[in-house]
Amino acid sequence: MIVQKIFQRAVKATVAATFLATTMLSGTAHAGPTLDKINQRGTIKVGVGTTPGFFAPDSDGKWQGFFIDFGRALSIAVFGTPDKVEFTSSSPQQRLPALQSGEFDVLLSGVTVTATRAFKLGFHFGPTVFYDGQGILVRKDLGVTKAADLDGATIGAQSGTTGELNVADFFRKTGKNFTPVTIEDTGQFIDALESGRVDAITQDSSDLVGKRTQLKNPDDYVLLPERLSKEPLAPAIAGGDDRWLELVNWTVNATIQAEEWGITSANVDTFLDSDDPAIQRFLGEDPSFAQELGLDPKWAYNIIKTVGNYGEIYERNLKPLGWERGYNSLWTDGGLLYSPPFR
Amino acid sequence: MTAATRTLTALRTGLLGSRANTLITVATLLLLYLVVPPLLRWAVLDATFTGDAGACSRDGACWAFVAAKLRFILFAFYPPDLQWRPSLVILLLAAILSASALPRFWGRPLLLAWPLTILACWLLMQGAFTSTPIPSNQWGGLPVTLFVWAVCFAAATPIAVLLALARRSTLGGLRTFSVLYIELMRGTPMVAILYVAMLILPMALPDGLSIDKMLRAIVMVTLFWAAYIAEVIRAGLQAIPNGQAEAATSLGLGYWKTQRLVILPQAFRVVIPGMVNLAIGFLLATSLLAVIGIFDLLNAARAAAADPKWLGFYNEAYIVVAVVYFVICFGASRYSQWLERRLAAGRRQAW
Repeated sequence: MIVQKIFQRAVKATVAATFLATTMLSGTAHAGPTLDKINQRGTIKVGVGTTPGFFAPDSDGKWQGFFIDFGRALSIAVFGTPDKVEFTSSSPQQRLPALQSGEFDVLLSGVTVTATRAFKLGFHFGPTVFYDGQGILVRKDLGVTKAADLDGATIGAQSGTTGELNVADFFRKTGKNFTPVTIEDTGQFIDALESGRVDAITQDSSDLVGKRTQLKNPDDYVLLPERLSKEPLAPAIAGGDDRWLELVNWTVNATIQAEEWGITSANVDTFLDSDDPAIQRFLGEDPSFAQELGLDPKWAYNIIKTVGNYGEIYERNLKPLGWERGYNSLWTDGGLLYSPPFR
Repeated sequence: MTAATRTLTALRTGLLGSRANTLITVATLLLLYLVVPPLLRWAVLDATFTGDAGACSRDGACWAFVAAKLRFILFAFYPPDLQWRPSLVILLLAAILSASALPRFWGRPLLLAWPLTILACWLLMQGAFTSTPIPSNQWGGLPVTLFVWAVCFAAATPIAVLLALARRSTLGGLRTFSVLYIELMRGTPMVAILYVAMLILPMALPDGLSIDKMLRAIVMVTLFWAAYIAEVIRAGLQAIPNGQAEAATSLGLGYWKTQRLVILPQAFRVVIPGMVNLAIGFLLATSLLAVIGIFDLLNAARAAAADPKWLGFYNEAYIVVAVVYFVICFGASRYSQWLERRLAAGRRQAW
């Protein structure tokens, strides 16, 4: 029996080693229900990154940001308070293996949903919380308002990334000319743009928005509206715990649904005596609904009251950096955010 | 000739004595002229010393950033109201390192003081005797850098001595093990070792038993550094003439007594400069801890510049870190030179 267990562990370790070496694994190796571990531990372990606006520590060493607020919302959904969550920064190279090994319960580090990650790596993704994509930041004096107008421009892209290929594809499609300049270090993008070595730079727009604020005269530059690639960023969890997945799903959905109904952290109490049965179910005035789901009737109320709805989270963290809502608007405003019904 | 004119003459021959010297002097002055005024303008004249990020221009340094973020760079996520704990850890580590540096303290009490200090530091950081323990993912900054560095180096040294002795041993199995271990560790990058600590180790442990990430990292780094230190110590062992060991044996000393009383004390004298050199390299290598999400000094500085309220002051953040690293490394290298002179003086007296 013991020998068998040791053998199993050795197999597990070998599997992990293989995974580490190739970052690819067929089938899923799960360590048992995540939610049990979370309840036993008393905290949720969340893997994050460091990108301004999305996740960054403030001067007191407290994590702040767009994804951080969703982590706090998850803590409310599981424990009823926003502080039962441990954020740990993790590099893009190690975050997926770390999720696999059980180091994190959920990744809120801006992971792009891809078929490979879902099928081959066996990760599950929650709803997309942020629709990112490759953008182009240009000097205003070029007089260009859309990417299709760019002709003969010099464009800086990071070497060895898909960004370099995407921009080449884009110009092949539009039939216009451009001169590519590959830039090795991400810190050099700003210098290249300010010194006039390039007319435009291209990266994921989440990076570009942060870069724009660091330019000497941010108003001399504009982020073009087109996106050259699709980068839907979603919470990622390891396979094997359906209930945990649903909690992640509906926590995100709750913030989106609340915005659709116009429920904010400030006015949520005025909705408590709403006549709308759907809102009564949502806010727990009709507790039978949440009880059937095995949730605290006040879970959605607490999330909205403490963290706010999706729009509030966005305004608080990304608006100061100059982010427009764009694709990340509600479907009723022409965006892509859509919550399934709470019934 | 007065002293002043002597100095002047020396300066003139030094700076302008020959054509080559003149050329070098002019080139140096030109370089200084090109570098110093813009640097001065950036660092002092155009710099902002108080206020918030809005007050800072992009043309000059923003030292207000450092004022606001120094606490975070030094202590990262540690709760501000318990900050005296990591501060005390820094002092304790500085004290034990200083004591270890002075030959006057070398002896049994120091060897006992080391594990006690390490234990005290761990308990302090963990928040022992407070209502809420501080998990290690809230540790960060300078105390983490110093703690990992000191603990790993201190723990690796005894392992390294055993490895070095094993590598010179006449027992074939022992020697092969030591050679294999050292070559395997030295053939692996430190980043890979950290990944093993972070990802593979937890899977190999029994279910339900989870070891703190910081502790896992410390264990793996210790095992890794031991291989490097072992090779330095082996060089010291080889420098001791065989006659010493033979003389000890003929006096009736056994293997361990011979090593402890005769060989190792002499070998350590030889290798101290090499060990200090390794220690300086290892201090800088601790910044690799960032890849497994530990906020060492450098990583904390990087994160400080990602705060939307203080965006992009990377130069200022890196300068703070560079100053801290420089002070420690420069101190260590001056110490090494001083010690070399002192030990050399001792040797002349003895012989």
